[in-house]
Amino acid sequence: MTSTAKLEPVIGLEVHVQLLTNSKMFCSCKAAYTGAEPNTHVCPVCLGMPGTLPVINKKAIELTVMTALALNCSIATNSKFDRKNYPYPDLMKGYQISQFDLPITNKGWLSIEPENSGPREIGITRVHLEEDTARLIHRIDVTGDTYSLVDINRSGVPLMEIVGEPDLKSAEEARLYLTKLHTILQYLGVSTGNMDEGSFRCDANISLREKGDPLPNWKVEIKNMNSFRAVFRALEFEIERQTNLFKNNESIVQETRGWSEETGQTVSQRTKEYAHDYRYFPEPDLPPLFVEKKWVQSIESNLPELPDARRDRFIQEYNLPAYDASILTSGIETANYFEEAISGTNLKNGRLSDRAKTTANWIIGDLAHLLNNSGANIEESPIKPDHLCELLDLMDEGKISVRMAKEIFEEMYTDAKKPSLIVKERGLLQINDEEQLKSMVLEIINANPKAVEDYKKGKSNAVGFLVGQLMKETKGQANPKTANGLVKSALDQVG
Amino acid sequence: MKKTDELYEMTMSEASLMLAKKEISSVELTSSVIARIEQVESKVKGFLYINKEDAIQSAENADKRIRAGDFTPMTGIPGVIKDNMCITGVPTTCASKILENFVPPYTATAVQKLLDSGAVLIGKANMDEFAMGSSTENSAFHVTHNPWNLQKVPGGSSGGSAAIVSAGEGLFALGSDTGGSIRQPAAFCGVVGMKPTYGLVSRYGLIAFASSLDQIGPVGKSVMDSAMILNVVSGYDPMDSTSLRSLENNATDYTATIDQGVSGMKIGVIKEMFGDWVDAPVNDAVTKAVSQFEDMGATVDWDVSLPSTKYAMSAYYILAPSEASSNLARYDGVKYGYSWDGEGSMWEGMENTRGIGFGSEVKRRIFLGTYALSAGYYDAYYKKAQEVRTLIKTEFEEAFKKFDILVTPTTPSLPFELGSKTSDPLEMYRSDMCTIPANIAGIPAISLQCGFSEGLPIGLHLIGGALSEEKLLRAAYSFEQATEWHNRVPQI
Ligand SMILES: [Zn+2]
Repeated sequence: MTSTAKLEPVIGLEVHVQLLTNSKMFCSCKAAYTGAEPNTHVCPVCLGMPGTLPVINKKAIELTVMTALALNCSIATNSKFDRKNYPYPDLMKGYQISQFDLPITNKGWLSIEPENSGPREIGITRVHLEEDTARLIHRIDVTGDTYSLVDINRSGVPLMEIVGEPDLKSAEEARLYLTKLHTILQYLGVSTGNMDEGSFRCDANISLREKGDPLPNWKVEIKNMNSFRAVFRALEFEIERQTNLFKNNESIVQETRGWSEETGQTVSQRTKEYAHDYRYFPEPDLPPLFVEKKWVQSIESNLPELPDARRDRFIQEYNLPAYDASILTSGIETANYFEEAISGTNLKNGRLSDRAKTTANWIIGDLAHLLNNSGANIEESPIKPDHLCELLDLMDEGKISVRMAKEIFEEMYTDAKKPSLIVKERGLLQINDEEQLKSMVLEIINANPKAVEDYKKGKSNAVGFLVGQLMKETKGQANPKTANGLVKSALDQVG
Repeated sequence: MKKTDELYEMTMSEASLMLAKKEISSVELTSSVIARIEQVESKVKGFLYINKEDAIQSAENADKRIRAGDFTPMTGIPGVIKDNMCITGVPTTCASKILENFVPPYTATAVQKLLDSGAVLIGKANMDEFAMGSSTENSAFHVTHNPWNLQKVPGGSSGGSAAIVSAGEGLFALGSDTGGSIRQPAAFCGVVGMKPTYGLVSRYGLIAFASSLDQIGPVGKSVMDSAMILNVVSGYDPMDSTSLRSLENNATDYTATIDQGVSGMKIGVIKEMFGDWVDAPVNDAVTKAVSQFEDMGATVDWDVSLPSTKYAMSAYYILAPSEASSNLARYDGVKYGYSWDGEGSMWEGMENTRGIGFGSEVKRRIFLGTYALSAGYYDAYYKKAQEVRTLIKTEFEEAFKKFDILVTPTTPSLPFELGSKTSDPLEMYRSDMCTIPANIAGIPAISLQCGFSEGLPIGLHLIGGALSEEKLLRAAYSFEQATEWHNRVPQI
């Protein structure tokens, strides 16, 4: 029996990303096919009809270069496209135009921050460009026979493949890597990154080794994982499966396994009758790809702010705690929401950093909670950033209390109304007028002699009780601070 | 101008002048050609598709354009297209069963340019299946006969195009040339055939055989006709990434300098392309032709060596089948063309479609190419062949620093008997020995008549450096003007 104590998973991820270009990779058909009738976004080129030829979509190259730069990759001045040959009905030409030995970009890294080990750089082997295949839809007819339909809309959509080094050591690290990569792509605006619609797909390679050993010469490939959670669960499952095989001295076969969401297991996929030999060779229909250094420089200088940089800026500029800054910048929409909510402020009292922290609290706390309950994204939030800002301004000006703000916030979420409008409609303005409150305080003191007695005996909670009575009387609109002061001084006078 | 009894006997340039002067109409000319087709096509069998009604309709439109003064030198000229170029709504079969009923919804750029120029298309020409062959005997539908001797092959793969022009069944044709497929049949049929520089003519809509070698080119009755066709079909095409960007907004009139002679031109004779393996009459005729160039004021080096050209054929039979094995993978019976309709799985359907749909030469080359690209063989075959290709290119580049034109025979033999080489593919492959190097190097070459033996034409092969078409056409034109071979027509 082998000791499993020193076993360490070796995980590498391959991510396929559909690029957000207007047209397809090699023809002028629209690339966005979601919701389109099957086989409507097609032309002779993406149908692979005889005599048609590919023409490279320059925008796809640009988005790939952007991504590669964001992943610290080097950009190859000279690269080329190759044909990957294999027969399958989802492949219109019988080959896929891809990149084999000279990809556009090589060797980069992406940093992740696992809680237990501190920041780590995960290697990126390469980022290359290829074309997506058509989509097969498998059906069963009334007699129980299976048949397949082909939707060619997806054929030829630009597909970027990001191949990661086998540097990941746990399912959690794989999840962090994927989340980070997804966030970067979102910040770059190169892809919708929608996993349900297949615009962001992940395959994993996993093996085990004893710590300190060289990389194993085998790996198990896991496919069919359609969410970050599925990737995490599949890897957890596979680590356990392989560990058990190790324990029992059983050999682990190099194979492809499919993740089953229903059973929560990976299942060996039918081994192909013959090993795949893709017979790669240079695509003769496309000249070698020359990427000018100048162009790369101009792309680089126009790169948007990336998640790490934005997080650091949030810490610097707004004095936010690292935790808040990380959460706010983990999605570009949330980060944008935060900055919009803060930019419109008419801050009269207090410091910007305090307002930033309050804004962060509302977004991470109350807003996230409400969004979560209704299953909405922040960009779908009925409360727009300027409305949140207005609400916080009302608080800042002392016009409403925190408690009132929470109530108003919920109404803002349901009715998408401006907070000032809700305040006006419900007559919710905070009572700050000391004279008005003073007479009410005196009435309450007269009506509660027992509380006054308690106060005299030194029971300080009597103040709280009396303030509570005042709040009740004013339907919560009394300025709590003012109320507190008035009650105290009135009691002292009585005494 | 040469006196002719029938309109179909005219060259394109002659017809063009008469059309412009309104001495004849395109309808008259086209009708004459159709009458000729009715007279001889049953013997020549150069066509896979003829549409007389559409041809007459186009001729009427051409006549309108001429009357309106809106015409080009090719307006109203009837010709044919090799059946591997797509035309919207016209059956395009590549002479293969697998594309028997294929009607493309798009038109090849080169054909579109002809249509825009007002040329009249009569039909589609027979060819070796997927342009693989040197005799047109690999057509899935029927063989084509050499108009000079109906027992002989017309050459291939553009055998239909060459035979049709030779027989007067069209005034011009477009062919495609991957290893000699325009020039070799042009030589066999006694017409002019040209393979332009790779990238000069768009390949968009040309059904691919070997993408890095395929090039569309003219088949004409004369050198001038070939230049006129090239004027129309050449040029940059954004739909073909391998077409030459340098040609954008930079059109050349290939007829402009065609008559400026060869005085001072330096001509080299590639010695590796002569020898025992070239038939004596061919050797003699080509040698005499070179002397003719000397007489016309060119200087000739009779002993130029390009040693790597010997390996061109070996490299070609790795590279072309490799690309073909991939290019032909799309014919699986799922989307268009022939589809096996027996009972069986998807894979059985694909296998049977291809097994039945492709002819034996096509299958042979798919096997060759698949093998050459396989893991473990790639380096020994495909990669090696690419290295040879680079070597040949370099040798030509070096040679063209010293010479304007290099000369070889177009084919090592006279047109051979139908059926005589079909059982010996290697013997058949040797027909393209002299023409293949130009494809490998991507440079232009032209074949024109330089003699006769046993009543069969002999081809002179002139090769030029990249984009030297003007010079090449000028040399060919000078030779043609100084000789009478091109005035002979076959008696069918
Ligand atoms: Zn398309």
